[in-house]
Amino acid sequence: MAGPRSGMAAAALPGRALRAGSLLLAGSVLLPLLVIFSGWAAPAGEVWSHLAGTVLGRLLANTLLLMLGVAAGTALLGVGLAWLVSAYDFPGRRVFNWALMLPFALPTYVMAFVFLGLLDFQGPAQELARRWLDLPPSFGVEVRGPAGVLAVMTLVLYPYVYLLARVAFLGQGQTAFEAARTLGMSAAGAFFRAALPLARPAVAAGVSLAVMEALADFGAVAVFNFDTFTTAIYKAWFGMFDLHAASQLASLLLLFALALLTLERYSRARARYAESGRPARRRRLRGIHAAAAAGGCALVLLLAFLLPLAQLLVWAWDSRADLDARYLDLLGNTLGLGAAAALATVLGAVLLAAAVRHRPGRLSRAAARVGTLGYAIPGSVLAVAVMLSLGWLDRQLAAGWLWWSGEALRWGLVGSAFSLVLAYFARFLALAYGPVDAAFEQLRPGAREAAQALGLSGAALFRRIYLPLLRPGLLTAALLVLVDVMKEMPATLLLRPLGWDTLAVRVYGLTAEGLWERAALPAVALVAAGLLPVALLNARRPERRGRRHGAA
Amino acid sequence: MVLLEVDRVCCGYADDTVVEDLSFRVEPGQLAALLGPSGCGKTTTLRAVMGFEPLRAGEIRMDGVPVSTARRTVAPERRRTGMVFQDRALFPHLTAAGNIELGIRRRPAAERARTVARLLETVGLPDCGARYPHELSGGQQERVALARALAPDPKLLLLDEPFSGLDGDLRERLGAEVRDLLRGHGATMVMVTHSLGEAFAMSDRVGVMAGGKLLQWDSPFHLYHRPVSRQVAMAVGRGVFLRGVLRAPDTLDTELGEIRGPRSHSHPRGTRMDILLRPDDVMIDADGPVRAAVTAKAFRGTSTLYTLRLESGTEVLAAAPSHIDLEVGARTGARLDLEHLVAFPAEV
Repeated sequence: MAGPRSGMAAAALPGRALRAGSLLLAGSVLLPLLVIFSGWAAPAGEVWSHLAGTVLGRLLANTLLLMLGVAAGTALLGVGLAWLVSAYDFPGRRVFNWALMLPFALPTYVMAFVFLGLLDFQGPAQELARRWLDLPPSFGVEVRGPAGVLAVMTLVLYPYVYLLARVAFLGQGQTAFEAARTLGMSAAGAFFRAALPLARPAVAAGVSLAVMEALADFGAVAVFNFDTFTTAIYKAWFGMFDLHAASQLASLLLLFALALLTLERYSRARARYAESGRPARRRRLRGIHAAAAAGGCALVLLLAFLLPLAQLLVWAWDSRADLDARYLDLLGNTLGLGAAAALATVLGAVLLAAAVRHRPGRLSRAAARVGTLGYAIPGSVLAVAVMLSLGWLDRQLAAGWLWWSGEALRWGLVGSAFSLVLAYFARFLALAYGPVDAAFEQLRPGAREAAQALGLSGAALFRRIYLPLLRPGLLTAALLVLVDVMKEMPATLLLRPLGWDTLAVRVYGLTAEGLWERAALPAVALVAAGLLPVALLNARRPERRGRRHGAA
Repeated sequence: MVLLEVDRVCCGYADDTVVEDLSFRVEPGQLAALLGPSGCGKTTTLRAVMGFEPLRAGEIRMDGVPVSTARRTVAPERRRTGMVFQDRALFPHLTAAGNIELGIRRRPAAERARTVARLLETVGLPDCGARYPHELSGGQQERVALARALAPDPKLLLLDEPFSGLDGDLRERLGAEVRDLLRGHGATMVMVTHSLGEAFAMSDRVGVMAGGKLLQWDSPFHLYHRPVSRQVAMAVGRGVFLRGVLRAPDTLDTELGEIRGPRSHSHPRGTRMDILLRPDDVMIDADGPVRAAVTAKAFRGTSTLYTLRLESGTEVLAAAPSHIDLEVGARTGARLDLEHLVAFPAEV
């Protein structure tokens, strides 16, 4: 939908309504952000000057290290694996193709505690090493350092890049790659000059999602004692009860996210990408190359999923006595919240993306940009911001009701499932926006006009053309949000309606008390629930379309 | 009765005028073409007729009813106009049949099925209904796109460079097929092309465009033999201009001798004129009154196109039956056989 032409042709759609809606959505994200930034309005307190004087430098360094390390790690792993399974054929490729998305189901904090459980000083790995190498019992390797954090984050977060890059590689077909080969480039050259640049919007979207996830992570860095802005905010808020210092720290974190977003948008620049004709024919690898490809995929799968899962299962078996009917409720709550949030965010993302294209202009672009900021806000901070905003709204409503009816209002937004879904919406709109926007981007520019020439408009246009063409992207978006909401911990912890436990809340409660074996049981349930959407995701489009192409 | 009237239309973006003061009319059942080089505004004109492009000035009327003015643009989907896009724009998520059905989705299922089957038959793809666009060749996609545009029975069909993705032979064949098919349907068509052959072969009316303006709107025969300007003359076929002096309203003196033509010229006697010589106006004749040397030749199957240098140094083109075989450098004679005298006052 590029260029001025489609913009001029937008007369048929209710463009104004679209833009108004997208501005409203942006507002729902902007409001909590403003609440956070309003921390600067108050004079700096003691806690802030204490923080600024002592730990701020380390926080900045750690946060930068985390961003760069996770960006590099997930890009390398995600793009590399995606290219392997979409461009080459080797033994086990069909399995790896979907299996490499499995780590999606593992929350970072679960991976972190399993990693430590396995590799820490008292863990089985070092125990074995000492026994086999006959080392003194005091010998040990420290794994709680930055390298450990980065390894855990990369292993858990690379599927973001893998998923989006794979869709892009499959979508771009073979023309670009082969055209590059005809220009005298080697396979590697063609990859770097044709395939990768074409997939860049998808890769950039994936990497920025992974880095934002890392920035907002609380559980894993807390387990590793790796101080970042998120943990500092948490400590300021819940340790020192200084709301101002926390919101000031949060606003700094927000600046990082803003810079990240700007970088990502800038990297896309003005390039436009559209789907192309024939799908790629995979090149068959043989001998040592095939073994190396299969071995590499297997190693990643082992480290990022199979090993942690095995350890979890062992622990869960040991604590199986905990299992009872309450787990069904937990599962129901978790899935219900996830589904509600997924629906809301995907609708919101479609609105934002459609407004940018059919009502082009600064306002729509700004709405999309603001609407996607929430992902970088740590869940805990967002939760309190939502709580403050809704608390204010509740008070106004209650006052109005009292004035109007003379009775006290017995009902409020704070503590309702609505407040939780609102927090999820603000936080995960960006997650849905990435694939939805990429799906819009891949639409053939003429699709809309061709449909109009056939007399389609309004709802029919959306249902018959946009929806089916966008469906893979919408589905990807919904499932990303579903899985992430299920794994989300701090906001759920703070905003859940009374008595509403979810799996993540249960995991937190048990790990906070150091009961790792018992935390494994809800963690396994979480992983199992997370596997459902991953499996669904795998059954979807790209591969099926690939086969149909192949049969042609 | 006029189906489409384009009346003094201007289009453009910001301060860039793409189409200026353009007018033409298409009658029901007419096949028309807009011809011109890339960037001449022909596609913009077509898109304006479809309703994708708003007007800056002027009016477009269908059946006498304004559908586009500077203030109002009736939505494309409400114009009963079909369009075949340059890139075909078939929907990748629908089969050929699904694509064709899209425009007639409100009709009963049985009727839809009948229409789809009939159209697939008409475009020569009776067994391809279940295929997806990527499983069809370029020519097949073109046919499906045409069937899709015809399905809703549009009053007017627009074709944007319809065969541009196809190779020459197929292109010509499909062009003739589509023309016959549209004639059979009694369809009214406006197409856009930069191929002279295509425009002439397919249309009753051709508009020659350049720089956002319509230079002439006429039948192919008139365009070729009675162009209104040098620009049109050179746009619709090969030829050279020969200098001459007007002696009488229908007689000119040239180095090839006296030329008489059916058209009279109102310019004063003694005016210097440039006379258009098409290749088929110049005959190679060893006994002809003018001596000439062959400087280039291009074999074209049924005829050979020779470039002849006259004694004065002027070069003219001559199309000769291909059994006449002269080498480059050979000396021969030539004579004129003009049926239509086309002449413009000489440019200084």
